[in-house]
Amino acid sequence: MKHELVVIGGGPAGLAAAVSAFESGISDILIIERDKELGGILNQCIHNGFGLHRFKEELTGPEYADRFIKMLSSTNVKVMTDAMVLDVTKNKQIHVASTAGYQIIEAGAIILAMGCRERTRGAIGIPGDRPAGVFTAGSAQRYLNLEGYMCGKRVVILGSGDIGLIMARRMTLEGAKVLACVEVMPYSGGLARNIAQCLNDFDIPLYLSHTVTEIIADNGRISSVTVSKVDEKRAPIPGTEMHFDCDTLLLSVGLIPENELTRGAGIEIDPRTNGAIVYDNMETSVPGIFACGNVVHVHDLVDYVSDESERAGRAAAEFIKSAEADYTSVSLKNGKSVTYTVPQKIRVNSGAKLFDVFFRVNRIFSGSSIVVKAGGSVIAQYKRDHMTPGEMEHIRLPKVLIEKANGCEIEISAEEAEK
Amino acid sequence: MKEMICIVCPKGCRLKVDENNNYNVTGNACPRGAEYGKNETRNPVRVLTTTVKIGGAKYRRCPVRTEHAVPKGSLMEIMQQLNSVCLISPVAIGDIALENAADTGINVIVTKDM
Repeated sequence: MKHELVVIGGGPAGLAAAVSAFESGISDILIIERDKELGGILNQCIHNGFGLHRFKEELTGPEYADRFIKMLSSTNVKVMTDAMVLDVTKNKQIHVASTAGYQIIEAGAIILAMGCRERTRGAIGIPGDRPAGVFTAGSAQRYLNLEGYMCGKRVVILGSGDIGLIMARRMTLEGAKVLACVEVMPYSGGLARNIAQCLNDFDIPLYLSHTVTEIIADNGRISSVTVSKVDEKRAPIPGTEMHFDCDTLLLSVGLIPENELTRGAGIEIDPRTNGAIVYDNMETSVPGIFACGNVVHVHDLVDYVSDESERAGRAAAEFIKSAEADYTSVSLKNGKSVTYTVPQKIRVNSGAKLFDVFFRVNRIFSGSSIVVKAGGSVIAQYKRDHMTPGEMEHIRLPKVLIEKANGCEIEISAEEAEK
Repeated sequence: MKEMICIVCPKGCRLKVDENNNYNVTGNACPRGAEYGKNETRNPVRVLTTTVKIGGAKYRRCPVRTEHAVPKGSLMEIMQQLNSVCLISPVAIGDIALENAADTGINVIVTKDM
């Protein structure tokens, strides 16, 4: 079997990429999805707040997914569900296991849109017993919102990422008592609005600079957790222990782009994002393989995932239609207080006039500026009233500025604004 | 003076609302923030999103939401009423799952084709 374009993953990234590739003139497109339906994580994100940038209204996750699924149904893009991609090769062969058996699909171009997965207890190494009742927030969300299982009655949440905050409200509405939300950092990792409407609305206390230091079990199920204050180096402070009797601990401690297939294809990975290194058009180090959405870097708004994925879709269409491409590029580097940039490379002769660059800062800034440097001198500066690690930042670099860098590496940093 | 975080959009503006000055709002980046600040002080409302039972679909729960924001105090009563709702597939986005939830005059609607 052969297709012009194969999109791996049918979540928000894959859907937007497929629709935009189709609109750019590619008609032979296949989406491969491992779940039983399209929509990805949006299906279990039943809360509202999606689509404000894109559709100028507040949609729930399933409603946002539906907009793209309906767009897709007016195309002839093929969809394969219940199908797991096991391997992607450099020469664009895709190995798939599905109800139809094992197949190798050849592709003219590939878009990687596998999304991300949650960090687990193992990733953060919480001491103590290893009982039932410890869930990642996202798996508890799937149990509750799709499959109809309530996973606990007295809940402590570790991590104040958005999924943890959303689950605090969700479990409360369904009758559970959420005792505390515990965050190791001195600030929340989630959006300000989620602190307000998920914790404050239900009087759920948020313990900043605290972490779970022990899990205690009774009869194979978690029965309590110990929570301690941490110092500036995130080390627990003895004597500050609090105990919460609970039957459930939800972990909302970060997301990791899911890049086994990317690595398997020999694509260069950026250790800062744990995703592929990409050009401004979302092409990876292997020509004709593109990546978009949370598999590249973890976004906080799905609207931005859709934008980025449409760019990948258009670029893949262009790759399929034209044989020659100019990969002459300048590199972007994260400077002081910036943890990464996407893209990592900008193609100078791509024909584009503006280049969107996304990144995160590593601490809270109020009254700050984003500084763009090349060859040691400042080439641009952007003012920001407020920046936080929980919210992705974005600047738009015009082509003239890229030319000013004269081939030198471009460095992006965040600084306190000069008064 | 009441301080709050605006929840209209993900931006999360820090609002100040002056109850003694006709609920005058400062700190908002858009008019919707001013409206939120006023309402949040006088009559706080929320859109409720949750799930109800569904038969004959791929999953056992169907996501629903209130068509508009409802008074914050009515959330738990609506949750209670939704416990006895059971839908049968097929349903479409916008179908009514519960009419006039908790006497708010607002319907609870389906948010996914199932």
